[in-house]
Amino acid sequence: MLKNRAKQSFKKSLRTFINIVPIVIGMLLLTSLVVMLVPEHISAGLFSRYDFFNVLLSASIGSVATGHPLASYILGGELLAEGISLLVVTALIISWVTVGIVQLPAEAILLGRRFALYRNLLNFVFALVIPFLTVQTLQWLR
Amino acid sequence: MKSMSSKPAARKSGRGGWVFLAAVMAIYAVTALFNTELAEDAIAFFMQMLGKVLPVLVLVFVLIFSVDLLLNPKRVEKYLGQSSGIMGWLTAIVAGILSTGPVYAWYAVLQDLRRKGMRTSLAAAMLYSRAVKLPLLPLLAHYFGVVYTAVLVFYLIGFSIISGLLMERVAGACSVPDKDQSGGS
Repeated sequence: MLKNRAKQSFKKSLRTFINIVPIVIGMLLLTSLVVMLVPEHISAGLFSRYDFFNVLLSASIGSVATGHPLASYILGGELLAEGISLLVVTALIISWVTVGIVQLPAEAILLGRRFALYRNLLNFVFALVIPFLTVQTLQWLR
Repeated sequence: MKSMSSKPAARKSGRGGWVFLAAVMAIYAVTALFNTELAEDAIAFFMQMLGKVLPVLVLVFVLIFSVDLLLNPKRVEKYLGQSSGIMGWLTAIVAGILSTGPVYAWYAVLQDLRRKGMRTSLAAAMLYSRAVKLPLLPLLAHYFGVVYTAVLVFYLIGFSIISGLLMERVAGACSVPDKDQSGGS
């Protein structure tokens, strides 16, 4: 009985897995192309001022950026060292890991279009709000 | 009867992913037409990434299989369903923090769980809490300090709950993936 169930589960899981393979390969191909198209280092000069516009720009860049979150920490650390505000850097780090414009087609296929769109939209708004909360909290703690 | 009606749907559902892959390959073909070097570099990078993702895919298959074998709608309803309560939130957030690999590899696991009764809010919370990268926290602390890291993690976990609650309100009604539209089985 259990053996039969395991066999059935294996077949079903294999079917699911085969269906996600083209999505994963497609995502990897798309990500590779985006990584090659977007320069590795975003110029610090891009964020010349310290205001909401810069946070918006930073969150937008983070939203389309792909790759390991490690890259966002390193890039954020470098930007901070160059005098870019913590607000801007935090927006970049958060949007990098919570908003996925490049992954949106895969998310929409597997979790539903409405779910994917709303989730990314909400997360983008959060990527604009959390930096202000974080910086305010840090100032309050000091 | 069930198998007769589900087979055409399963066949149809598998097309989404292949259409997506074909579209991406078409983008590559157009790119190669205008900039062969860029397309070649991208493919070389793709091969590198594929090597890193393959072990994660094995893990994803094991998880899909385990979820299918061990979790039935009754159990999912208990731990991640409408009546899961605080335990459900805790399970989703901890699972999100501990999950590794590319996010799109997890979509299939979540799709399966949601079909078995997982709450929309918990799926959204799990995806959001993935922003807390446990193994990378020392590096974050190295660049930005321990206090900054702690505050950021606090807000990321807090907003994973807010994200979940809002998602259930705005997308809850029609967010359960339709087999005909999705790429899963």
